[in-house]
Amino acid sequence: MTENHTALYGEHEKAGASFTDFGGWQMPLKYSSELAEHHAVRNAAGLFDLSHMGEVWVTGPDAAAFLDYALAGKLSAVAVGKAKYSLICKDDGGIIDDLISYRRSADRYLVVPNAGNAATVAALLAERSAGFDAAVENVSGETSLIAVQGPNAEAILLSLVPEDQHQLVTEMKYYSAAEVGITVNGATGKLLVARTGYTGEDGFEIYLPNAAAPALWQALLENGKDRGLIPAGLAARDSLRLEAGMPLYGNELSRDGHAYAAGLGPVVSLAKESDFVGKAALAAIKESGDGVTSGRRLVGLKGMGRRAARGHYTVLKDGAAVGEVTSGQPSPTLGYPVALAYVDVEHSAVGTRLDVDLRGKAEPFEVVALPFYKRQK
Amino acid sequence: MSKVVAELKYSAEHEWLASDGAGPSTVGVTAVATEALGDIVYVDLPEVGATVTAGETCGEIESTKSVSDLYAPVTGQVTEVNAAAVEDPAVINSDPYGAGWLFKVAVDAEGPLLTAEEYAAANGGTL
Repeated sequence: MTENHTALYGEHEKAGASFTDFGGWQMPLKYSSELAEHHAVRNAAGLFDLSHMGEVWVTGPDAAAFLDYALAGKLSAVAVGKAKYSLICKDDGGIIDDLISYRRSADRYLVVPNAGNAATVAALLAERSAGFDAAVENVSGETSLIAVQGPNAEAILLSLVPEDQHQLVTEMKYYSAAEVGITVNGATGKLLVARTGYTGEDGFEIYLPNAAAPALWQALLENGKDRGLIPAGLAARDSLRLEAGMPLYGNELSRDGHAYAAGLGPVVSLAKESDFVGKAALAAIKESGDGVTSGRRLVGLKGMGRRAARGHYTVLKDGAAVGEVTSGQPSPTLGYPVALAYVDVEHSAVGTRLDVDLRGKAEPFEVVALPFYKRQK
Repeated sequence: MSKVVAELKYSAEHEWLASDGAGPSTVGVTAVATEALGDIVYVDLPEVGATVTAGETCGEIESTKSVSDLYAPVTGQVTEVNAAAVEDPAVINSDPYGAGWLFKVAVDAEGPLLTAEEYAAANGGTL
């Protein structure tokens, strides 16, 4: 597999990062301690390089109608300036990727797929756009994405924004985006800033051309250090999203799974008038009750002991296999092990006591409501 | 580069052994291992009085991201475990060759062990 480097690879090397392969990219796993990075995001702020994520522009008079057809959500109902979490499905309802789409104008959307799926999603969108007056342009290769996440994220971002544009940031709602002036090395340029993230904290994601990324990264680190900002790697990103109960493609979501079992039923708009890829299959799955009244569904598990469940471990009820863990680790914020698992629906009610086979030893866990962690607003 | 301490012996599985020739020997894990593991959050050690066998697993070390088996570098009876490291495993990260030691063994036989130079050369550590 090719090991792509983001435009910020040199910055990570300078900061002493250890790297990991993720979706074909060499990404920082951690810089110092993943626990310290996790706590920084919960209590102050963390800086993430997310340039491995994909960016695909969908433009044209039919952009909204096309996305209504290509994705499971009703993208035409998204107001300009807002964002929507959605799924791109197969004909049989299987999940090809989960993605966020930003409506930038009546006929322009920025679609953001996961790193490992970016090329697939871009190709599929192009294929599905046949018959629509809409252009699909994959700009993943030339676009960087920097995220500032944590309670101090707004103050840190504002330190780089001209005062007359502060309101754009302070009044930006969650899951919204705007072109905001950002001043780096004395020059101010407009960049797409979104109030989104994958950490369970307030925060911003900034899209920009690769060439501009290192200077913005350095400026954010410099301006943020007095507010507790440190660079944070994928290890912290994973533990943060898990605490926030957010699914990770490849762990909780897959081509063999579907939205209803993953708890993402509301993301699927069967009510939209238009057809969409997977609609008939998803309607049948919903009708069958799979993942809701039968089969397995995604639940949160809380460990009673200190040992963590990990991906692919078997969930047991009285010694019999009733499920499988998809993600799990000790929760740095909560102090006990947490896990996401697909469990037989009859054993999936909150409060159900289950065991997880931890390398041959059954350890007690309890089904709990998601998310594990919710920030105080 | 991870630190390797000159006066210790090492197993290929990243345990270190400190013996002064008289009393029980002390076992811990190397900085190479702790840096690869990340933040250690749980450690499962053999019990005092248990017999461990060189080259066989005798416990577990769990970090935020992964779980690793702990291998005994020697054969013998466990005489003491580091309760402080069980209580607060972060000390294994912060001081793997000191306060982060794991257990002591009355050694009957050593397994195949490496010198500090050999271990450092094999694992990219620095003496």
